[in-house]
Amino acid sequence: MLELRNIKKIFNQNTVNETTVFDNFNLSVKKGDFVSVIGSNGSGKTTMLNIICGSLPIEGGEIIIGDRNLTGQKEYKRYKNIGRVYQNPSLGTCPSMTLLENMSLADNKGKIYGLGRGTDKKRINYYKQLLSRLNLGLEDKLYVKVGLLSGGQRQAVALLMSTMTPIDFLILDEHTAALDPKTAEVIMQLTRELVIEKKITAIMVTHNLKYAVEYGNRLIMMCDGKAIIDKSGKEKEEISVDDILDTFNKISIEKGN
Amino acid sequence: MAITLSILEQGLIYAVLALGVYITYKILDFPDLTVDSSFPLGAAVSAILITKGLNAYLCLIVSFLAGAAAGLTTGIIHVKFKVRDLLSGIITMTMLYSINLHIAGKANLPIFNSENIFSISPLKDYLGGFNTLFIIFLVVLAAKLVLDWYLKTKSGYLLRAVGDNPTLVTSLSKDNGTVKIIGLVIANALVSLSGAVMCQQQRFFEISMGTGAIVIGLASVIIGINLFKTASFLKPTTAVILGSVVYKACVAIAISFGLSATDMKLITGALFLAVLILGNLGKGKKSNA
Ligand SMILES: Nc1ncnc2c1ncn2[C@@H]1O[C@H](COP(=O)(O)OP(=O)(O)OP(=O)(O)O)[C@@H](O)[C@H]1O
Ligand SMILES: [Mg+2]
Repeated sequence: MLELRNIKKIFNQNTVNETTVFDNFNLSVKKGDFVSVIGSNGSGKTTMLNIICGSLPIEGGEIIIGDRNLTGQKEYKRYKNIGRVYQNPSLGTCPSMTLLENMSLADNKGKIYGLGRGTDKKRINYYKQLLSRLNLGLEDKLYVKVGLLSGGQRQAVALLMSTMTPIDFLILDEHTAALDPKTAEVIMQLTRELVIEKKITAIMVTHNLKYAVEYGNRLIMMCDGKAIIDKSGKEKEEISVDDILDTFNKISIEKGN
Repeated sequence: MAITLSILEQGLIYAVLALGVYITYKILDFPDLTVDSSFPLGAAVSAILITKGLNAYLCLIVSFLAGAAAGLTTGIIHVKFKVRDLLSGIITMTMLYSINLHIAGKANLPIFNSENIFSISPLKDYLGGFNTLFIIFLVVLAAKLVLDWYLKTKSGYLLRAVGDNPTLVTSLSKDNGTVKIIGLVIANALVSLSGAVMCQQQRFFEISMGTGAIVIGLASVIIGINLFKTASFLKPTTAVILGSVVYKACVAIAISFGLSATDMKLITGALFLAVLILGNLGKGKKSNA
């Protein structure tokens, strides 16, 4: 389904700040996989997602989804089949527009943004029903500007918006990091439901080891631009939070801190 | 009375320009200096076509389209050639200056002896002295209603989103650049329309009539939005139109205190500065509370 081949990513090439994040990085994700990705800060998780989506150019390698080679394809074209929730809660919604307008915008993805009415009144009930799944009472705030919602509320809305239209791929970058524990739980459940309901292939970055272990059928741990743990199927089911913590500690010791 | 009428007329003509600046400055967050030349562009096009005998109302439409082309140029320079927003506008503005001269044929083109949208108005005999104001009011109303409608369409939603959060537009699988270009096209079309009405009202084209147009537009937008911030029943477009009239009134008052027309730009700039400072004071109070 998704394949990253020999990816090379260097930031600020040929300057004193040159940082090589990936050198010959390979990853292959099967259709229907739900991959949890963990790893310390700066290990390259967000960079990997940016490379998949085309938000960053690469210095070498190929990106293939299905039978299409995406290498060099413009970012906005790739999002035709990709939904994404960003690490930064303000990136997934439009603050000066109301919740209803945001939902309407997302609902039209993949179609033409022409001179028809921006909001289809007949869809309002459907939006309310979707929002009620978040358990945040947002279904009563349709006419509130999204900028007035809390970061967590916005992130929850961003998840709904990114999965509203048919997509093949869902990219989640710490999408529960801004949420309180109870809401995070609700959003994780909803993520699982959406992924199954819509038969989406998903990559989820998280710092919550419990979620990484509990959700998804594959777990990857990144370190210095490499996948140092990669477990799927039965092996993934058997892995525990303690196993992962052990690995984290080992790395820290090796790095001398 | 004559002064009030003149303030309203001028203020409403500049309101159309302000609506255009509202799109670039407020919605797109794009400091578009094209305005200083797309305003006289509309005037030049209207003036020359009127002397050639074209119907004055059709002249408005041609001016509108000419402005759209100016916006398109700035958009393409910015989006396709990746030139910074401010510089893209400056480049188009500079080039347009010569083009405006070419269009009009000279730096000053009087059209005192030709018909215009006011002189051929069928309601002229009924409205008497209010005829000009009435026609201008209709143009502003039409511009406002069409813009309000557009901002509620899907395309309009995308336009509002792109200035606010370009990442979201990309996530919706739409090209940011195209949306920005559309915004610049509409904005400069409005600005040029405003210039066309201005030249027909004052009955001449003059190459320097656009100098400082951007400042007038920005001041109107900022006054309108700040002054009527609390009046949430007013649409931002209405606030901008009112802002333009208020601004024109302030300038007129300053002149009535004995400042000469030579000091016009000085007043324009000083008033704009005052608006910005007052706006910031308001903000400061709020954040202290
Ligand atoms: N735009 C950039 N310019 C230069 N260096 C960058 C840039 N973006 C990321 N990096 C570097 O790339 C490395 C990986 O960053 P990345 O954001 O992918 O980490 P991450 O795994 O997502 O971390 P976190 O858990 O903190 O989100 C870091 O060393 C970072 O400094
Ligand atoms: Mg990250």
